[in-house]
Amino acid sequence: MADLHFLANPARFRRFSQRVLPGLGFATALMLAVGFYMAFFVAPQDYQQGDTVRIMFVHVPSAWLSMAGYALLAALGASLLVWRHPLAALMARAAAPVGASFAAVCLLTGSLWGRPMWGTYWVWDARLTSMLLLFFLYLGHIALSRAYDSPERGDRAAAILALIGVINLPIIKFSVDWWNTLHQPASITRLDAPAIHTSILVPLLWMAVSLLLLFVFLVLLRTETEIDRRRLENAEAAA
Amino acid sequence: MSPHATYILAAYVVAAAILGGLVIASLSARNRVRRELAARGLDKRR
Amino acid sequence: MSGFTALLTRDLRLVLRRPGDVGVVLAFFVVATVLFPLGIGPETNLLARIAAGVLWCAALFAALLSLERLFAADYEDGTLDLLLLAPWPLELAALAKCLAHWIVTGLPLSLLAPVLGIAFGLDGPSLLALGATLLVGTPTLSLIGGLAAALTLGARKSGALLALLALPLCVPTLIFGAGAIEALAAGEGIVTHVAILAALALVALATTPWAIAAALRQAGE
Repeated sequence: MADLHFLANPARFRRFSQRVLPGLGFATALMLAVGFYMAFFVAPQDYQQGDTVRIMFVHVPSAWLSMAGYALLAALGASLLVWRHPLAALMARAAAPVGASFAAVCLLTGSLWGRPMWGTYWVWDARLTSMLLLFFLYLGHIALSRAYDSPERGDRAAAILALIGVINLPIIKFSVDWWNTLHQPASITRLDAPAIHTSILVPLLWMAVSLLLLFVFLVLLRTETEIDRRRLENAEAAA
Repeated sequence: MSPHATYILAAYVVAAAILGGLVIASLSARNRVRRELAARGLDKRR
Repeated sequence: MSGFTALLTRDLRLVLRRPGDVGVVLAFFVVATVLFPLGIGPETNLLARIAAGVLWCAALFAALLSLERLFAADYEDGTLDLLLLAPWPLELAALAKCLAHWIVTGLPLSLLAPVLGIAFGLDGPSLLALGATLLVGTPTLSLIGGLAAALTLGARKSGALLALLALPLCVPTLIFGAGAIEALAAGEGIVTHVAILAALALVALATTPWAIAAALRQAGE
């Protein structure tokens, strides 16, 4: 916990992120470049899905990251409400749009994958529908945190929402899964590749790690901006 | 390339646009706030 | 417990002093429901097929309508500050508020919906199932809605924001509530659905009062 407390101080966090960001950005760009190369030229065609499996290399990690992002919002919310970590509010404000963006990428790439696979741009597949609801939960968090003149009030309201949301997410997922099996034939291919061969797994994991680095980069960058922005607002309020 | 090439390319373009756009927007927001802080002379303390 | 009943009777009395407020919500429910056949066409088979979903969605929207004022009146006239200082737990006050909301919104909707269901061509057992599932499901909507109302107390655009927050959280209740009537039409029993609706209500009961209280404390600061 000592490490976390070290970072909980906004000033120290800012110094940390300023040191880390340039190197992290460079590493992220490099890994993404290699990942794209692998996705397009190294990974073979899938037995069932042909070339469209390449979309999976972006779609699946985006799904993972958007879900992890919401878990992060909930953890930060708990940290804010229980321990009153000053940085938790700022990081939550920074991270929510990042998670929402990954959810949007997941939805759009899923839609583009669906078109050649099933013939339509949208199917009420259980996972896509759950992701859509997660996207709405993100929108609610973003809107709520910015709906008040006092940013602190918005931060704490959004923290409560994130905690309630994270409890409800498994429930929502369960009910959408149930709803989907009721209404759709079971023969529809699931959106994750059924047979994970090594030649597919390696690019997938590489892209997952690369996108995770991108996620971390964006959260650190945006948290730094939130720290500065809060200082600016406090200065304006004091003036 | 396969017949589905347009969809694959479109998917990657969309992903790059959203994530790349977020990176650009975040960087410009950071620079904007930094400039404002500097304009008020508040950036010297740290 | 006397605090709980005192709050409950106070809120009920306040609402019943303006019965028009309750009437408007029910009128909205009817109008919203009637829009669907007008928009989709009067074909009886189709209407019977969509009746459960339409009525459940309309009930959801109608219940949301009255939520914005749930805590707003107390917030504005200072009663909320008194509640924050009161000796009984704020969680009980939150629960009393949600229960009052359900009594004047969810309960009448549950009784009115089967009547409208007749116009959609639902048969007797389906109408009963509709009423029963709404009875079990609407308390959850009042609890979730109460939380959304407390979180958006004093916010900009609180009406739309309240709906944005509440609706995704209400999806499980909607799915199992409307799904029960479909299951009945397919010849299956609805016991599982009602049991799950009850479980959802219990989860809401276990989690939301504490969240509402936390949100109210922030609003009071």
